[in-house]
Amino acid sequence: MQHKVIDVNDVVIRFAGDSGDGMQLTGSLFADMSAIYGNELSTFPDYPAEIRAPHGTVSGVSGFQVHIGSSDINTPGDYCDLLVAMNPAALKANVKWCKRNAMILVDADAFDEIGMKRAGFVSDNPFEELHVEDKAIIAANITSLTEESLKDSGMDTKSIHKCKNMFTLGMACFIYNRPLEYIYNYLERKFAKKHPEMIEPNKKVLNDGFNYASNIQAIPDTYVIEPAKLKKGIYRNINGNQATAWGLLAASEKAHLPLFCGSYPITPATAILEELAIYNCLGVKTLQAEDEIAGICTAIGASFAGNLAVTSTSGPGLSLKSEALGLAVMTELPLVIIDVQRAGPSTGIPTKTEQTDLSQALYGRNGECPVAIVAAHSPSHCFDAAFNAAKIALEHMTPVILLSEGFLGNGSEPWLIPSMSDYPDINPPFATSCEGRFQPFQRDPETLVRKWAIPGQRGFEHRIGGLEKNHRGVISSDPDNHQLMVNEREAKIEKIADYIPALEVDGPASGKLLVVGWGGTYGHIISAVHELRKAGTEVSCVHFDYIKPLPKNTAEVFAAFEKIIVCELNSGQFANYLRSRLPQFNYLQFNKVQGQPFLVNELVQAIEKAL
Amino acid sequence: MANLTFKDFKSDQEVRWCPGCGDHAVLAALQRALPKVSQALNYEKERYVVVSGIGCSSRLPYYVDTYGFHSIHGRATAISTGIKVANPTLTVWQACGDGDALAIGGNHFIHAIRRNIDINIILFNNQIYGLTKGQYSPTSKLGAITKTSPYGTVEHPFTPGSLVLGAKGTFFARSLDTELKLNEEIMTQAALHDGCSVMEMLTNCVIFNDGTHKSISDPAVKADRTIVLRHGEKMIFGKDREKGLIYDGKKIRVVTIGQGGFTEEDILVHDAHTDNIGIHMALADMKGPDYPVALGVIRDVKDITYDDGVRDKVKEQMMKSKIHCVDDLLHSGSTWEVK
Repeated sequence: MQHKVIDVNDVVIRFAGDSGDGMQLTGSLFADMSAIYGNELSTFPDYPAEIRAPHGTVSGVSGFQVHIGSSDINTPGDYCDLLVAMNPAALKANVKWCKRNAMILVDADAFDEIGMKRAGFVSDNPFEELHVEDKAIIAANITSLTEESLKDSGMDTKSIHKCKNMFTLGMACFIYNRPLEYIYNYLERKFAKKHPEMIEPNKKVLNDGFNYASNIQAIPDTYVIEPAKLKKGIYRNINGNQATAWGLLAASEKAHLPLFCGSYPITPATAILEELAIYNCLGVKTLQAEDEIAGICTAIGASFAGNLAVTSTSGPGLSLKSEALGLAVMTELPLVIIDVQRAGPSTGIPTKTEQTDLSQALYGRNGECPVAIVAAHSPSHCFDAAFNAAKIALEHMTPVILLSEGFLGNGSEPWLIPSMSDYPDINPPFATSCEGRFQPFQRDPETLVRKWAIPGQRGFEHRIGGLEKNHRGVISSDPDNHQLMVNEREAKIEKIADYIPALEVDGPASGKLLVVGWGGTYGHIISAVHELRKAGTEVSCVHFDYIKPLPKNTAEVFAAFEKIIVCELNSGQFANYLRSRLPQFNYLQFNKVQGQPFLVNELVQAIEKAL
Repeated sequence: MANLTFKDFKSDQEVRWCPGCGDHAVLAALQRALPKVSQALNYEKERYVVVSGIGCSSRLPYYVDTYGFHSIHGRATAISTGIKVANPTLTVWQACGDGDALAIGGNHFIHAIRRNIDINIILFNNQIYGLTKGQYSPTSKLGAITKTSPYGTVEHPFTPGSLVLGAKGTFFARSLDTELKLNEEIMTQAALHDGCSVMEMLTNCVIFNDGTHKSISDPAVKADRTIVLRHGEKMIFGKDREKGLIYDGKKIRVVTIGQGGFTEEDILVHDAHTDNIGIHMALADMKGPDYPVALGVIRDVKDITYDDGVRDKVKEQMMKSKIHCVDDLLHSGSTWEVK
């Protein structure tokens, strides 16, 4: 039979299996290969909190979605064109993410009585039971075919089964006409040192999967996704946590200050600490603290000692750090606190994404306690967001909270590698001269920023601390002085607005409806708005990378629209903040708190409803 | 060469501890010790950072004319750690109380000791919460009657020495607030020690826990109920220096020299530098009525410090790695070109 080859703009593939099936790796390999092939892409790992949940159960299913295309790929995609399900549980957990005409590839060997029972099927026909019998179902005996492929390899059964994912990947490569060379190279690199004997078997299984797919009749058509028209240059894949770590390293270089990171492991932020721990070569010192509080307190100490100091965490960790964050506000020391948000409250759903820590970042401390807040909007944007957060912290002598999200931290995308020569220098307000005793809280009249004198500097000995002080640094409980210092600390943060970029509207600068977003919803909102405009609907959107202070032109931008709808993955925290800052506008809301990113489709519907 | 005096370490701030508080004497000892340390190590004044948490004793940084950081309750040890690791050329001193270091800050305290961060911790142990006006602390004696234990506590106290040595501390000393000369000596030795030095100062709170250490500090009984240990010296004590400590094969015992066939020859010589943490633990745990309370430097051993370890790793990787700047980093690993 002759397969038809169909050109498409984009496809979404979801790899799902038991958390030990290697689906994250399979998905990332497919993504990396597509990036090198020249596609635009976006990925989204969707995995359980348990490292190895009970085998074969729905709770133990791990998924990895990748969206590849020739143009305009801003999200990992709502629904998939191909679902790969390595067992019945994976099918059951993910079938809801299939497009109406999706293809479903399953390992038929896993659909035995035990597998079906573990996944909670009651009949012996899972497809009928899930009402997907009308979809193109490819039931391949992946396990036995892999066994057959490696029967002469001398490997034990357990090791052979570990190669199943390569068979699957081979099949996917056939369906989407992907060249196998990249994966060959990857396998060679990965196994070269420790397990060179694994290179050939994996290659063979991959190749056999590819050939098997081309021989069976179950796959009617294959697809071609042409390379995107990308800007020329050197690219790499980057995920949000890695980009955050690298942005901090970039800031350290531009500020000529060593980087110090004091952190405690917490999902989904741990990879930032892990990433920084690699780069001792760039002078970074990491300290895995005994707890979250020690994470921020060691960072505060390092900041006092003259380093660019950071601490990384997620929502529960930010709660633990809040008292110390107040100390950093009071002592006016530069500090970057990264919160990779996850579903809360409490432990919540640690591996799922949300934007529910905004109120905590804004208000979650005792006293009048303002900090600057920056948000990242895509995995690669985490680099710039981290750089800018560090620049603000160092130049304005303040803690800055950088809000990232699990969706950004774990998501990855190709990134046109920037040159450090395009980034500005960072100039902290070092104390260079003083008459008489150094006065730690004397402020620059323009920015209200104090000077930074580093221990070791002769003649600048001074004391700081959590107690209220006057400009000279002497403890003071004088009512007027307290009011003055409270006002000045707040005004200092608001002055940062003079140093951040203005909002830019996507679409017409005035009209009926402005869609407002912040943080990791950027890709989904922009996709929804573009889709609507393509269909002739007049709608614009604006995205906030800076939360506190707000960009100076915010009110001006809002005033040009009849209606404003704020879309966010919480119950309306940014909308409420805007209401308190700019009460002259009416804010519609679209919210979702399910531990999942928005779907473009649901945003489109919400926007249409708002019009 | 640094030529500093007591006055150089006195700040212009008014000392606001209660008259008669033991903290005054500890501050005085520190201000006397620091010039000596400066002389010995050629340290200028600006290299000193004094850190504290919250509590009466945590006011200390304001009174020492160096860099200072008066932080939040319990966290001084974590802040000191950050300062020292970020900039190992600084010499960090920390003042903290028994509540600050052993209750709310207990976690940071044991981990700083375990990591052997080169900081000098003065632990002011008055066995009470003073600043909040008289509640029991983790070192209050079992049965102590305080505002929050009107019928006596039902919890056992920590012995800071056992805690420090249990965490494999490399330096532990104990003293009484009033022992100005001994304290100066201990502080100087702590500064010379490369690693985490804990100095437990048994201080008197005149308002809320007056006389808590009286059973050993009273001049009438002090000589008999305490023993000052010095490395290389015989463990002899008593008003007439007639008593000493021996090891009978099972445990330490108090003997009277010249009685029961014991001569000065039999008395143990203090070895603060021995790796044997068991003997240091036994000495630190001694208490009345059977034993004198050990004062002085009980343990002072060499080990790798965390801050040196981190610094060395950074140096090593800087030499080894091919990545020397962020541009190198951005282009490292797998990249591809779009033409």
